[in-house]
Formats: sequence, C-alpha cells, structure tokens
Amino acid sequence: MYQAFLLKYAEIGIKGKNRYKFENALCAQVRRRLEKLEGKFTVTREQGRIFVEAEGDFDFEDAIEAMSRVFGVSSISPVQVIEDKSWENLTKEVGDFIEMQYGEEKFTFKVKSRRSDKHYPYTSPEICMEMGAYLLGRFPHLTVDVHRPEVFIWVEVREKAYVYAKVYPAACGMPLGTNGKAMLLLSGGIDSPVAGYMIAKRGVFVDAVYFHAPPYTSDRAKQKVVDLARLISRYTGPIRLHIVNFTDIQMYIYEQCPHEELTIIMRRYMMRIAEMIAKETDCLGLITGESIGQVASQTMHSLAATNDVCTLPVYRPLIGFDKQDIVDIAEKIGTYETSILPFEDCCTIFVAKHPVTKPEIPVIRRSEGYLSEKIGEMLQAAMDTIEVVEIDE
Amino acid sequence: MEAYLDNAATTPVFSEVKDIMGKVMEEDFGNPSSRHTKGIVAEQYMKEAAEIIAGKLKCQPKEIIFTSGGTESNNMALIGTALANKRAGKHIITTRIEHASVHEPLGFLEEMGFEVTYLPVDKNGRVSAEQVKQALREDTTLVSVIYANNEIGSVQPVAEIGKMLQSEKPDVIFHTDAIQAFGKYKIVPKRLGVDLMSVSGHKIHGAKGTGFLYVRDGLKIRPILFGGGQQKGMRSGTENVPGIAGLGVAVKEIYQNHSGKTEKLYYLKKMLTDGLLQYEGVVVHGIDGMLPEEAAPHIVSAGFASVKSEVMLHALAQEGVYVSSGSACSSNHPELSGTLQAIGVQKEYLDSTLRFSLSVLTTQEQVQYAVSMVGKLLPTLRRFTRQ
Repeated sequence: MYQAFLLKYAEIGIKGKNRYKFENALCAQVRRRLEKLEGKFTVTREQGRIFVEAEGDFDFEDAIEAMSRVFGVSSISPVQVIEDKSWENLTKEVGDFIEMQYGEEKFTFKVKSRRSDKHYPYTSPEICMEMGAYLLGRFPHLTVDVHRPEVFIWVEVREKAYVYAKVYPAACGMPLGTNGKAMLLLSGGIDSPVAGYMIAKRGVFVDAVYFHAPPYTSDRAKQKVVDLARLISRYTGPIRLHIVNFTDIQMYIYEQCPHEELTIIMRRYMMRIAEMIAKETDCLGLITGESIGQVASQTMHSLAATNDVCTLPVYRPLIGFDKQDIVDIAEKIGTYETSILPFEDCCTIFVAKHPVTKPEIPVIRRSEGYLSEKIGEMLQAAMDTIEVVEIDE
Repeated sequence: MEAYLDNAATTPVFSEVKDIMGKVMEEDFGNPSSRHTKGIVAEQYMKEAAEIIAGKLKCQPKEIIFTSGGTESNNMALIGTALANKRAGKHIITTRIEHASVHEPLGFLEEMGFEVTYLPVDKNGRVSAEQVKQALREDTTLVSVIYANNEIGSVQPVAEIGKMLQSEKPDVIFHTDAIQAFGKYKIVPKRLGVDLMSVSGHKIHGAKGTGFLYVRDGLKIRPILFGGGQQKGMRSGTENVPGIAGLGVAVKEIYQNHSGKTEKLYYLKKMLTDGLLQYEGVVVHGIDGMLPEEAAPHIVSAGFASVKSEVMLHALAQEGVYVSSGSACSSNHPELSGTLQAIGVQKEYLDSTLRFSLSVLTTQEQVQYAVSMVGKLLPTLRRFTRQ
C-alpha cells in the first residue's frame, strides 16, 4: 500500500525570497490537517514540493481528502516507497504499483526519473529507458508516448526509491497564515460561507460574526450558522464565531425609522458592529457575500449606502458572480445542503413589503438621526453581550 | 424558573424507569433469544413488562407486541391489517385529524389500491359514531380513529364507535391510536370493542424508542418487519429489552393513584385555560360548550391574535417556558396544521396557535409562571408584528 504522498504547489513557487515563509506555512497547514486523522504523518519540505510519509494505520481516502483541503496545495500524488532499490526489485515494484493503480486500463505513458543517489548504477535517462522497456514488456496493452503521454510515471532514486503516477487535484490558493485576518459576516444563507472560503483561499485567516435576533430567530437558526462555520473551518482552519444579539437594535430601528428603509439601516448597523469587533480582534477587513443586484439590499445604491459606514476595506469576492456560480462552489465545499435548511434569519422577518432599492445616503443618514437617543448604549450592550464560539474542524 | 409544557411531544423519564434501564444495560444485557441464563434473565424482563401492561389493559400478555414506538405501532396496525384482509375488502375509514403516523401509512395503502374515507370533525374536533356508521360499506375492513388528538386534545367517542361496529358490522377491525390517551384514561380495549391499539412509551415517562401494539387474540395481521422471528414472528428484531423493562415500570407508575393524577391534570388544565383566557385576543381551541372532562386532560391549544406562533414559542423558551407550535411532530413542515384547519379555526389563528401540554410532573407554580410569561410577552410581541 502507499506509504507516502507528494504534494505540489503552484503559486508560491513564484514568491522569490519570501518563498521559505510560504513553504513553512504550507507545511504547518498540512501537518495541522493530518494531525486530526488516525495515523502518524511526517511532513518535510524539499525542492519545490512537500513530502508526506505515513506510519501506522491510516485511511488513504481520508488522507487525500484532508490534504486536498489545504490552501496552497495544487495536487497530491500517492507515492510508493521502495526500500530495496536493486534494479530487479525496483522494476518489479514499479510494475506492481502500475498494476495496482491502473489495472487493465489502457493509456500512453512516459517514465520520468530523478536520481540523487549518484552511486546508483543507472543514470536518470537510463532509468527512464530501461524502466519503459520493462513496463512495455510486462504490460503489452500500454504504449509509450514521449511527447504527450496520458500518464507520467515518476521514478526517483534517492536513499530509497519512490514511484508515483496518479495526480489528485487539491484546493490551490495560498497557505493560511500568509496574509492576515478578516471578519466574515456570516448569515445562514448560501453566499456568505462561500465568500469566507474564497478569501481564506488567498491565505487569509477568517473570523466570523453572526447577528442573532431572538425570539425572532430560533436557536436552530443559530445552530445552523455554527454548523456552517464548522463546514468552512474544514478549509479555513480555526474560526472565532462572534454571535451578536441584535434584537433590541432591530426593534428600535423598526420603531423609529421608515419601514422601507429598515433593511438598509439594519445592514448599516451590522457593518458598524462587525467593524467594531474586527478592529478589536486585529482583522484587516470585512468579508460579505454580496453580489450586485441579487436582492434589494444588494443593488449598487444599497451597497454604497451600506459601505458608507465602513472604514475598513470590505471584501466582496462574489460581487460579480451569478447565483448558480455561487451555488456550484457551495456544493463543492459542502455548505449548500446546510445553507438551504429553512430557518428564518433576522433579515427576513422584519422585511418591508416594498423595501427601497435606491436608497440615498443623505436620506438614510437623516433617518438614522431618529435613533440618536438610545443607539449608542444599545451598540455598547450588543458589544458587551457577544457570545464567542471557537470552531476548529 | 423552568416550565416544560411540551409533554405531548415527549416526557421526562421517571427515575424508576431510568434505574431499571440502567440495570438491564449494565447487568442483564443478554439477548432474550439466547438459550443461556443471560438470555432467560432478559426474557424475564419482557415477560414482566407484558404482564404489567396486560394487567392494566385487562388482556393477555400475548396480546402485547413491543415496538419501537407509536409510529411503528400505527404502521403495523394499519398496513398489517389491510394486507391480511385485502381479500375481504379494500375500504378503510378514518378521520381528518389523525397523526401523520396514521395518515401517511394510509396514503401508502391508497397508492397500493386501497380506498380511504376521511371523516370531517366538528368544531371541537370530534367525529360521531353515526358518521362512521354512514361511511361503512360492504368492502370496509378497517376503521382507525385517534383516541385523543395530539394537537387540540379532542377525545373521540371510541366506545360508541366500537359498540356500533359490533352491532352493525362485527367483521370490521377497529384500531385506535391511543398514543396521547394511554395513561390519561384507563383504557380496556375489549370493553371498547377495540381490536388494535397503539401506545408510545415516551409519552408516559418511558424511554424514546419504546411502545407497543395491542392486538386482540385471534386477529389476523401481517407483520411489517421480517427477520429472526422474534415476538412469535409478529415483530422480528432483537427486542429493546432495557426500553421494554422501562416501559413496564412507566405503565406501573402512571397507573398508581390514577384518579388522583387525572384530577390533578384537569385542575392544572383549568388553571392554564382560565389563565390564558384572561388576556385579550386569546382563544382556546376545541372547548366550545364542552365540559373539560370531554377533552384530554393534558393538552391546551391556544390561539394568540396578531402573534406569530414561532416567535412566541422562542420568546417563551427564552423565559424557560417550553411549548409547541401546532404539533411538534409536524413542525418540521412549515405548512399549517391539518387539525386546526379541520376544526375550522379562523385563519388569523392558524399560524398563531401554541400547544401547551402537561404531565403528572407539572406543578401549579410552573403553570402560573407560564401564564404570567405569556401575559408579559404578548404586548411586546404584538407591537413588533410584521406588517
């Protein structure tokens, strides 16, 4: 069975003198993922790739799956480690490996090789040729294509010998911890988990904030958001989820401001609170799942009105996405099924029949003036009663 | 303070039930089908439970089949009877206010070619024996009527229906879903003319995953679970011995000082009903012109004008008062309650109804507390209603 994996990465290959930082961050993330599995894994960095060796009982599929969730990894190949690298044994083991991975499958191939053991009696080109000849002899249904082979069979001779061929795609992106932290506004919908995933994919640690409005939203709705945070944490690593009790502010807005402006004003206060938490927790920006025109509160006018209250940059990775594109990613990362569970969130319950779609900032600011009496202490109370859930899947 | 008033959804187990279940799990864990001592000891627990239940039902222990609960009992009763008697006829009579675990298997039987008549109910959620009589046909083989409705607590004239069937058409098999009623009433199936009766353990302070079906001796029904032939082939699968032992103890406990318990429930129910009705814009469903004793002693279904039940439910939960909106078992579906529609509840109350349900463990203080919390919350919730 396979005892090792070779991980390749693309983008960090071009990071110049900082490259070692990226590589170390990547190794650390791979280790973190594998620590959660059964078995013992050793992760080492060498010449533009990462080598993972496994000891003891481990589940092959689980290991591949866990590593494919590490941002920065572009592909994973299972490697067979061959201790006895005498030519006779090496050819046999490489043959067995090909048989195990591909069975009767027909394909064109090319053997590639590397040799760091300079005492080995064959040079790299010789290994390629002789191994190719051996494989053709043993598997008559295979053909060699040196220009555009379907499968590269890699044979590396070092202290031990290594062979690998299959390539499993992985998450790509940049390793976590190479690019600061941001605060995700997590609702319970389809978009915000995807937005968090996409920013995290650029090497950004993500914390999250959820606005809870009991009794207008149920504990099940809150649990759903915790579940979503757990699902994205499978990619993004640890998440501190801040649960803000928004009921009093929401009801105050409802009483004081015009109903058709409710949603916009509510969102402005959510942004304000998110920014306050972000600043307290060293986040360098906010993340939302907004996409132009998707709903009344996401027209360009509404986005401008919401953005008006923020001083931190607001990252909106889905801004130009169609709904279906977002759904596709949600399905890929496994959040879709949870997102569509039917529990009301606080955005739907106080919605006016005809909300404004082209809010004017001066008008909205004036409406917020009606809140001046109590809003300060309400914001403080909301900040003081935040519940933090530490999530790390 | 905490007031758990959702006992029609489930009840806490009696500590005696927990004790015996723990003992069976830890010490007497044998498989009752095993031939050795451990098996015999386990079998003994089942025998005892069956004897306790048979004693209360005034029937024979062999007429009790243990199941995984109310849903399985109802499925087994309906599907098992329909299939065993399909040569005699394919017509079934039931009501419009059955629980989903009766309604859904009947839907399944309809797909298989059976015909089902759903009888309407009056404003208090009751059918009459006369209605059932009018619906009888030459090919009717089965009548299934819920004993006490789970949403509003209306109680059906089961004895009258049973008597009517025995004189009009004695071959018709009579099933009652007594899941809410068992333990509240001393039910003797033979006296009521009932052939099949479904009971759930966790509604009477037993464990979840327990229950039984009473099957009158000599009645022909087909099993719906096949396998190792346990319980005389009627219900294959290794028996849930701890649960069954606990069920026996729960039945024993619930029948102790039974009339005292019932009296207490009616007293609490009256206190709750009167308390809720003192507030403006509150109605209690299914009690119009009725004596309290004519409905189940543990269920109060109340409508609150201009309040969304879901919101009120969460608001009450924040205060430690736990209730259901409509029926807990059907709250997974957002559609409006079938029973409330069937009894003609006004549209404004359909989505504004909560079910409060009591148990023998409920206290006066808890009821008073719940009533006062409703009073406290109503004005605020009404101020913030979606327009």
